[in-house]
Amino acid sequence: MEKNIKKVDLIFGKVDYMAIVEQSLKRTRDEIILDVIDSGLRGRGGAGFPTGLKWKFAKNEEADQKYVICNADEGEPGTFKDREILTQVPEKVLAGMALCGYCIGASEGYIYLRGEYNFLLPSLHKHIDEFHKKLKALKFDFTIRICSGSGAYVCGEETALMESMEGKRGEPRNKPPFPTSHGYLGKPTSVNNVETLVFALMIAQEGPEKFKEMGTFDSRGSKVFSVSGDTPTPGIFELELGMTLEQFVEEFGDGDTKAVQVGGASGFCVARKDFKSTLIGFEGIPTGGSMMLFNSSRSMYNILNDYLEFMEEESCGQCTPCRVGCQQLLKGIEAVKKGIKPPSYLEDLQKLSDTMRIASKCGLGQSVPNPFNSIIKNFREEIIY
Amino acid sequence: MSKVKELVKEQADKLGRQRTSLMPILQAVVSAEHYISEEAMEAIAEELDLSTADVFGTASFYTFLDTVPRGKYIIRVCKTITCHMKGKDEIIRTIEGMLKIKLGETTTDKRFSLLQANCLGWCHKGPVMLINDEVYPEVTPEKVTEIINQYLKKG
Ligand SMILES: Cc1cc2nc3c(=O)[nH]c(=O)nc-3n(C[C@H](O)[C@H](O)[C@H](O)COP(=O)(O)O)c2cc1C
Ligand code: SF4
Ligand code: FES
Repeated sequence: MEKNIKKVDLIFGKVDYMAIVEQSLKRTRDEIILDVIDSGLRGRGGAGFPTGLKWKFAKNEEADQKYVICNADEGEPGTFKDREILTQVPEKVLAGMALCGYCIGASEGYIYLRGEYNFLLPSLHKHIDEFHKKLKALKFDFTIRICSGSGAYVCGEETALMESMEGKRGEPRNKPPFPTSHGYLGKPTSVNNVETLVFALMIAQEGPEKFKEMGTFDSRGSKVFSVSGDTPTPGIFELELGMTLEQFVEEFGDGDTKAVQVGGASGFCVARKDFKSTLIGFEGIPTGGSMMLFNSSRSMYNILNDYLEFMEEESCGQCTPCRVGCQQLLKGIEAVKKGIKPPSYLEDLQKLSDTMRIASKCGLGQSVPNPFNSIIKNFREEIIY
Repeated sequence: MSKVKELVKEQADKLGRQRTSLMPILQAVVSAEHYISEEAMEAIAEELDLSTADVFGTASFYTFLDTVPRGKYIIRVCKTITCHMKGKDEIIRTIEGMLKIKLGETTTDKRFSLLQANCLGWCHKGPVMLINDEVYPEVTPEKVTEIINQYLKKG
């Protein structure tokens, strides 16, 4: 028997968050950063950069002002865990931001909240006011503000996010320079996902060992998953990393799962035959949390069509490979489906998507080949006929 | 001074006249007026010392910063994959029938606009829609009829 997936409660469990902040302020910044590095925590927003290293880079910069940004733009289809975290344990997110601020030497933090979550604003403002009072009692100077998004998925990309905060079009910047040296208003900035900040807080409380013991070598700890699609138990679950897709489907499938899209519209589609050999995590297929299950009643053509439509609409249009590529892939599969183009046209389209991976400026265009190539490879017949 | 000019000035006084105030000001105009008119863009440009083209450039980038007139209640039905699978088309048809408008249109009394949106972050509870900032998860044709009727009564 394979071991069951372990459910974990680091994110949603209640803790004395102010005690963690207070204790942390008594330690040196380097000590805490070393703990976060040692824990193996990697960013939970999708890209998976080691969080402790990011904090270290930002800390090492000399500047008159630095910023902490909590990325709550959560636009990846199939992801809804950050909303739940901000609803259930907002104080832990704020405390995580303060912790980051202490470590990197920032006195200002921003939450970039997607416009679709504006209904959270009144309660978040209330929590922020209370939190400010508590920080004052600790004599720690750190102020948190909220910036609202206005319905643009690409603004979840960290440099587009900062452009948006600066009052500009949400067009990603060239990297390097990275935000840790040139971020918001040109100042060193640490952009962290909502979930990442809460994990960092928990690591500050419990030490790196407990986190490190869970998961696998490249994917330590646990992760909050957003489960949707054809499943009897849709919802939000914090699970230990290191499971295979087969274990996942055993737990969440409806008995007829034919494919799982891991990582949303920018992730990969895995077919049933590969469930057993696919690890969910950085050594296999990583996810920012989005897990969409499809059973055999679903047309994979419709699913691919939806993803491409999404990318085509959300592309910022700044660079040609992505702007034109998304359009052409979408038109291309329609033409093949209608018989206007022969099935071999799919190979041409795959070459185009490979070019997009190399030539696009940001993660949006670079990841369009993920769903495209994986769905074409696994479900070619469904795309053609 | 016109109403929208007053609003822009009031916001600029409150938030400051630096570029970082542009998004919150645009958002405030949309909540009050349901779209950003040319007059509003000119007023913002003047207050923040930007060109009107620059203001338009930012505004036109964002889906929720409408630059065409919309109704008092903007209905956005999620059209992305899981909501698609769970029946968003039927929800849209129901609303179209009730309000006698098509997707993308606004009622002649300027009360309702019906639009689609990309993933709203409630995929486990699809189909889902927003009416302004209010979320309505797990809607069915029956539920949506009830919800729209309530708004119709509200005026
Ligand atoms: C198109 C695009 C959308 C993204 N959307 C989000 C998002 O909604 N939330 C998020 O945390 N990161 C998102 N990211 C990743 C961010 O650029 C960045 O890597 C992340 O916020 C860093 O935080 P982390 O290290 O804690 O994951 C997105 C990236 C791309 C390319
Ligand atoms: S890859 Fe797409 S989203 Fe990214 S900068 Fe280019 S056009 Fe914009
Ligand atoms: S797909 Fe509709 S809310 Fe995510």
